Amino acid sequence: MTEKLKVGPSPHILDSRSVSSIMWDVVIALIPVTAAAIIYFGLNAVFILLVSTLSAMIFESLVVHKSLKPKKVLGDGSAAVTGLLLGLILPPSAPLWMAVVGSGVAILLAKQAFGGIGNNIFNPALVGRAVLFMSWPVLMTRWHQPLALDNWFADLVSGATPLGAGSASLIDLVLGNVGGSLGETSVVAILLGGIYLLLKGHIDWRIPGGYIGTAAIIALLTNQFSLEAVAFHICAGGLLFGAVFMATDMVTSPTTKVGRLLFGIGCGLVTMYVRVFASAPEGVTYAILFMNALVPLIDRYTVPKTFGEVKK
Amino acid sequence: MKTTFPGGIHPPYNKELTASKAIVEMPLPKRVRLLLQQHIGAPCKPLVKKGDVVTVGQKIADSDAFVSAPIIASVGGEVAAVDAEGIEIVTDPEHSRFTGQAPKYDTPEDIRQIIREAGIVGMGGAAFPTHVKLSPPEGKEVHTLIINGAECEPYLSTDHRVMVEQGEELIEGIKILLRACGAQKAIIGIEKNKPDAIENLSRLCRDEENIRVEAVPVVYPQGGERQLIKSLTGREVPVGGLPLDLGIVVQNVATAVAVHQAVNLGRPLIDRVVTVSGRGVAEPANVRVRLGTPIRDLIEFCGGMRDDAVKVVNGGPMMGKAVASLDDPVTKGTSGILVLTEAEVRIYEERTCIRCARCVDACPMRLMPNYLALYSRKSMYNDAEQIHLFNCIECGCCSFVCPARIPIVHYIQKAKHEINSKRRKK
Ligand code: SF4
Ligand code: SF4
Repeated sequence: MTEKLKVGPSPHILDSRSVSSIMWDVVIALIPVTAAAIIYFGLNAVFILLVSTLSAMIFESLVVHKSLKPKKVLGDGSAAVTGLLLGLILPPSAPLWMAVVGSGVAILLAKQAFGGIGNNIFNPALVGRAVLFMSWPVLMTRWHQPLALDNWFADLVSGATPLGAGSASLIDLVLGNVGGSLGETSVVAILLGGIYLLLKGHIDWRIPGGYIGTAAIIALLTNQFSLEAVAFHICAGGLLFGAVFMATDMVTSPTTKVGRLLFGIGCGLVTMYVRVFASAPEGVTYAILFMNALVPLIDRYTVPKTFGEVKK
Repeated sequence: MKTTFPGGIHPPYNKELTASKAIVEMPLPKRVRLLLQQHIGAPCKPLVKKGDVVTVGQKIADSDAFVSAPIIASVGGEVAAVDAEGIEIVTDPEHSRFTGQAPKYDTPEDIRQIIREAGIVGMGGAAFPTHVKLSPPEGKEVHTLIINGAECEPYLSTDHRVMVEQGEELIEGIKILLRACGAQKAIIGIEKNKPDAIENLSRLCRDEENIRVEAVPVVYPQGGERQLIKSLTGREVPVGGLPLDLGIVVQNVATAVAVHQAVNLGRPLIDRVVTVSGRGVAEPANVRVRLGTPIRDLIEFCGGMRDDAVKVVNGGPMMGKAVASLDDPVTKGTSGILVLTEAEVRIYEERTCIRCARCVDACPMRLMPNYLALYSRKSMYNDAEQIHLFNCIECGCCSFVCPARIPIVHYIQKAKHEINSKRRKK
């Protein structure tokens, strides 16, 4: 009989879900948008996404483990998520060095400088995009039309994003057959990933719900109640992608239920403010980063009434 | 079911290891060790010394404090040792045959006195002295007695077996408890995963006007006092208050049976049913065992430990305590002895909180475990109290779900401990 008994605090059984299983689930949820990006933007997409993801993983491994062993580079999956997300919000024509710089900013500046996973205040991928956008605004706004499916190896043809040009057919918007960042274009693909995350319990409907709902209401009010305008605002300009994959980042969103709803609503308000009054297309990025900064405050003021607390 | 409590989790239950196994009686152990503190409240002082010969059922330690319960000799024999923590008796079968007589009683106060003298405490795990719970303070009326048959902890099946095998005794016990606390009605709350217990007790209660059985949803910690009250009545026990504030008393099923035996048969609390389970024990079983029996003997009785056993737990896997030595004895609150294998108790490295909020969503007390753990780690105890540290029931849901493997309950206990010891110093 073994007598070296382990002692330790209760509970003595733990759920099988771990940080890395959650992170790899997020990677799985990003497969549909990744596939859509490749279908619509061809080899450019393949290279950009590979480079952004791998460079994020390598940066993280160098900082955290000071090693480049394959197992360390795979890590807990969080760097892969950040790198892939960053790639998905780059324009299809972005040069590969931009993907490297963006991932570097995301991992080194936005994540590790704050103390690594769990400690960062701002969504790393969005910080990466914001820095790129401020440094190379021209390169970051060179949009392209998707490739024709029968001519997949062709060069990209430049064009405008629907939000910039103000027009696109709704069907094309839903399928993603429009200009825009790599992963932001296909509504169907984004929804597939979102549903997966909801079913797995990795995101709370309150954030995308609050975000999209608020944006929809404002779009309705500012566009003479045109439903078409509403659909346009939501499907274009990365709002849906941001609401499903960016605003829901656990580390940088509130932990109370009420807080998550407020956070989503706030994102919607700021996005639409930027779009309507500042007429700048980067509304989603700045809205989410702005709301990230408010998260500690939101958490503090939305602590739920504990069980049995007398209603005052 | 109209309402249930917020949060909660669905851990793997593993009850099938023992749920259908009838209670077996373990032969008298060679010696027992009876701890002086087996309950919440003041520890007892020994009434015997080394060399004394005691008979089973004899009171061997007691306390003057109101919140306390005496210690009863669970076997007869010679007292082999008395130390600061416990009394050891070498069993003599001659003195271990129980020959008690039913005591006489009249008033609720008489009943409470019998219950106290029998050494009865809550047998669901918390081990709060039963007579204290049955004594409503001046001006407080008890209207409902809730009998806790939820048994929500994974693995455990003692209450389940008692409800199936000792239903009649349970009902007799409930009738006495009703008289003792003055409640008009009793509700037996049972989790839906014990259909045979629900059926047995419903049948026995058919002609009882003021006792009814209610099935409650299967979600941990349904058997928490506050959670069960919420599920059965829709009401929340106030923060810092007691069920008594709502006119409710909660008693566990095994406690009710012990009350029947003490009051109707004159038999004090000398044994209890313990679920011995886990993948690390050869033959999981529900065992009736004398209090004070060494855990080692009990595990031996169940076929011994397997080679891959790494941890022994006194109680359930969610709230029980890890046993440091197999010489530790079974106490009044021991509902289970779990022998767990490496595969059952995966041990992980603690990581940084990723703010996933799973703990917040799982907390049945609507607390913010992530911040409680954070404040405790940073010794920010005032902030922890601000967000109701002391309303935490230490159910373990938060630690269970945490993907970063943060031992949140451990941090919470540490904070409570630090605050309490600071207060005591003042
Ligand atoms: S142990 Fe405390 S904080 Fe954790 S879930 Fe249970 S009641 Fe909530
Ligand atoms: S479950 Fe763990 S990782 Fe998630 S918020 Fe709570 S403490 Fe943090």
